[in-house]
Amino acid sequence: MLWRERIGRYGYLAPAALFAASIALVPILVTFWLSFHRQMPIFGISRFVGLENYRFLLEDARFWNALGNTAYFAAFSVVLELGLGLTFALLLNRQFRGRAVARALVLIPWAVPNVVAARFWEWVYNADFGVLNYLLGIKINWLGDPLWALHAAILADVWKTTPFVVLLLLAGLQVIPEELYQAARIDGANAWQLFRHITLPLLKPVILLVLLFRTMDAARIFDLIFVLTGGGPANETETLVVYAYKLLYRTLQFGYGSTLSVAAFLFILALSLAYLHQLRRAWELRG
Amino acid sequence: MPSWQRLGVLLLLAAMLGFILGPFLWQVITALKPTAELGQLPPLLPSRPTGQHFSTVLGTPGFLRVFLNSVVVAGGTVLLVFLLSVPAAYALAKLGLRGRNPILALLLCLSMFPPIANVAPLYLLFIRLGIRDSLLAVVLAHSVYTLPFAVWILTNFFQEIPDDLYRAARVDGCSRLGVLRHIVLPLAVPGMLSVGLLVFVFSWNEFLYALTLTASESARTLPVAISLFPGVHEIPWGEIAAAAVLATLPTVLLMFIFQRRIISGLTAGAVKG
Repeated sequence: MLWRERIGRYGYLAPAALFAASIALVPILVTFWLSFHRQMPIFGISRFVGLENYRFLLEDARFWNALGNTAYFAAFSVVLELGLGLTFALLLNRQFRGRAVARALVLIPWAVPNVVAARFWEWVYNADFGVLNYLLGIKINWLGDPLWALHAAILADVWKTTPFVVLLLLAGLQVIPEELYQAARIDGANAWQLFRHITLPLLKPVILLVLLFRTMDAARIFDLIFVLTGGGPANETETLVVYAYKLLYRTLQFGYGSTLSVAAFLFILALSLAYLHQLRRAWELRG
Repeated sequence: MPSWQRLGVLLLLAAMLGFILGPFLWQVITALKPTAELGQLPPLLPSRPTGQHFSTVLGTPGFLRVFLNSVVVAGGTVLLVFLLSVPAAYALAKLGLRGRNPILALLLCLSMFPPIANVAPLYLLFIRLGIRDSLLAVVLAHSVYTLPFAVWILTNFFQEIPDDLYRAARVDGCSRLGVLRHIVLPLAVPGMLSVGLLVFVFSWNEFLYALTLTASESARTLPVAISLFPGVHEIPWGEIAAAAVLATLPTVLLMFIFQRRIISGLTAGAVKG
């Protein structure tokens, strides 16, 4: 094959590859590089400090607090989203009049920007004029009370992202052959048995995929919390990315801020690798 | 089905729709309330709906500017992503590249990085290039973030086009670019629409890049403006509500119009395996 011919073919790939390398790949490597430096560009400070930042990270109580908040937020919101999403998907998979409309309406939160979703819920949670307190007939400072703030953020996240879960699960439900249910019904299986022994096993790969997408997304939560609480009260809702953002852009510590970014990145990477491992096993079992 | 069971399902459906639509409707109601009624409950509904908050927001030059910025950023991102991803996906799907599988694996890895992983170097780079606080900066960041996903999905869509069509056209003397233009692209329109919509919605909603790479109103996008909304003296709840509702309209409308395309884009590959 002529070399021009080969170059021609790779030429189609080159612009995308160059772009991804220069705006994503190299900057990610630079983040690692920065994380070994004490770097405050505004003051002209830049020097190599080796693993100093990482040593500091391990002793930084605020980092551990943020890591704990992130893990708590991700675990709770993803579990709730999956439970609620499965319920909604099963409901919407039934035959009823107006199903198409219901399916469309359920997707609305997916199209709402995170920042706007945060504004919606901020107003619902408002301690003085909030509709939630009014409907419940109580007076709780949802976003200002350390006990409630993170849970309030979790509920807002569940609202925003459950539609995505519903969408994937519905698609998964629709490819399960109806004959399987008919055969099982003839054998006398009840509704719970149908769900337990047909729906759930066949849905497992999709469920794992949903868990992968959602966990990665929840672990890097920023905008929702940033607007709802700003990480407060007393850092009770501060997540890894919120903390990293504050270090980078409020205190302009590009070295230690990058160390935190790396920590957040590695945390998310570890989670997704664990899921991918499970996912591959699930696919292999299915053959 | 027994009637009590039917009633149960109906109640569950109502609860679901209440949860999903509640916060959104409450914001719409708030935006329609006269200022005097914002700080009191009851009544839940405005005594007389007013368009005052909407007209205040729409009458603010800053809001229109920022709205337009968001349109330009999301539109520009879709354009740039297509320009880069279509040829790349074409090469991966149809041109029989060596090293195709490692490239696809790398793409999948790259699509998983969180924005925080590259936002600080981008910020420093764009300052050096003198394009921080410009729409271009946001477009570049949004494009690179959605590019792996776009290439991945488009490769899947292009692969569904039979290789025989490609070979037949080549034998007939059509150039590679000609096949892309006259055969692959027309057949891949639905798939491209899906990708374009998802990229648009992502860019419209994205916050971290838009927040850090812009500083002034001339480059600010809607989510950033809405996050910065609180007034100097008292919080203008009515106007925030109106702005929030307006910021949601474009993507919600797109979702209703192109629901099928968006769903097929989101579930492409995920369910078929």
